This record gives sequence, structure tokens and C-alpha cells, in this order.
Amino acid sequence: MSVSVQAADFDLGAEMAALRAGRSDIGAVVSFSGLVREVTGGGGMTLEHYPGMTEAALAEIEAKACARWELLGSRIVHRFGALEPGAQIVLVIAAARHRAAAFEAAEFMMDYLKSRAPFWKKEGVGEASRWVDARDVDEDALKRWD
Amino acid sequence: MKVLYFAWLRERIGLPFEVVSTRADDVAGLVAELAARSEAHALAFSDMRAVRVALDQELSDMSAPLAGVAEVAFFPPMTGG
Repeated sequence: MSVSVQAADFDLGAEMAALRAGRSDIGAVVSFSGLVREVTGGGGMTLEHYPGMTEAALAEIEAKACARWELLGSRIVHRFGALEPGAQIVLVIAAARHRAAAFEAAEFMMDYLKSRAPFWKKEGVGEASRWVDARDVDEDALKRWD
Repeated sequence: MKVLYFAWLRERIGLPFEVVSTRADDVAGLVAELAARSEAHALAFSDMRAVRVALDQELSDMSAPLAGVAEVAFFPPMTGG
């Protein structure tokens, strides 16, 4: 179990290898990577966050997933700062004995990340940039875990 | 008390944070005091449906008491992931 909030890019292969290292009890690993989509008018996005609260919120989300499913490992990496189209933004990994728990835990962590971790996306560059609105569909996605 | 602003609240107010002394009992009372500080503050707090609050880095709500709180943050709904 660990979380990182960083400006630097991450390496999915290296993260996966670190989580599996020396283990033979893991039967399933699910990973999700979120990427920057190109928006109309070009430019990538800038991610602002709340240092301190962000790390605590991610750790809490991960702990909730570990309490709900029997995970054998987990990892959350979230980037901040200026990100170009195509860049990786977020990584979630869940490892378990069987795939159902790994799939569900990865989806659960992503659903919570979307609207419970203090990040704010601004799309585009200069005058044309705009803050991304929160989407009702993201809030609704949380309800299925109640 | 330290008050932090993020995203468009920070841009509208023009400050990442400010240190304020307040007589408010709860978050709503603090918002009323802050909104009276300048036109920019008033604009930032004009639609409270679009504002979320954290007290000492824990998500909270507008009716929460401020007793013992050292850090208050205001921001729009979060858009991570």
C-alpha cells in the first residue's frame, strides 16, 4: 500500500514490478492509467492540488479499498502541474488473489479519486484556458459503492 | 486562522491564502466575513453551491463549527483522476 503525489511521470511497468516483487500469492493485478486527452483549441491541462490534504485523501481512499476487499497490494500515483496531451495523469493498481476483487478495488479507487481527492483540472492554455467542471456522472459513480 | 483558496476561487480572489482573524462561529459566518473584504471576495463567494470547504484538511460543510480550527480551505468541486 502506498500513494505518491508528484510532478514527475511514472512507469507502469516499474510500478507493477515493484508491487509483485518477491510475491507468489498474487493471482490478479488490475491497473488503470488516466491520460490527458487533447481538447478543442489544443493544449494540455494543468492540475492544481492541495499539498498535505491530497496525500491524506489518497491514503484514505486506498485504506477504504483495502478494508473492503482482500487486497494483497495497491498503489496510487497522481501527478500535478502542467501536462501535455497524451501524458499520464493517474495510476491505480490493485492486486488480489482473484480478479474480481482486483477489478472492483481499482474501479472503486478511481471513482473516489475523481471527486474526493483535492485536485482541480484546468484545460487549455493562456486566455482560452478554463477550469473543468465537476460532472454529475462522477458523483453518481460513487453511489454504487454505498 | 489561515484561509486557503484553490482553482477559480484563488484566481478570483487573487490570493493563494490569507491570514484572518474571525469572530465567526461556523463556516457560513466566516464566508460572510470574507465576502465583505472586497468585490473579488464577494464574487468568489457569490454562488455557494459551487464552493466546497475543508477544515484542517478534512472535507467539511458550511454549518461546521470553527472552534479549534487552524486552517480553512475553499475550493470548487474536485476534478481529479
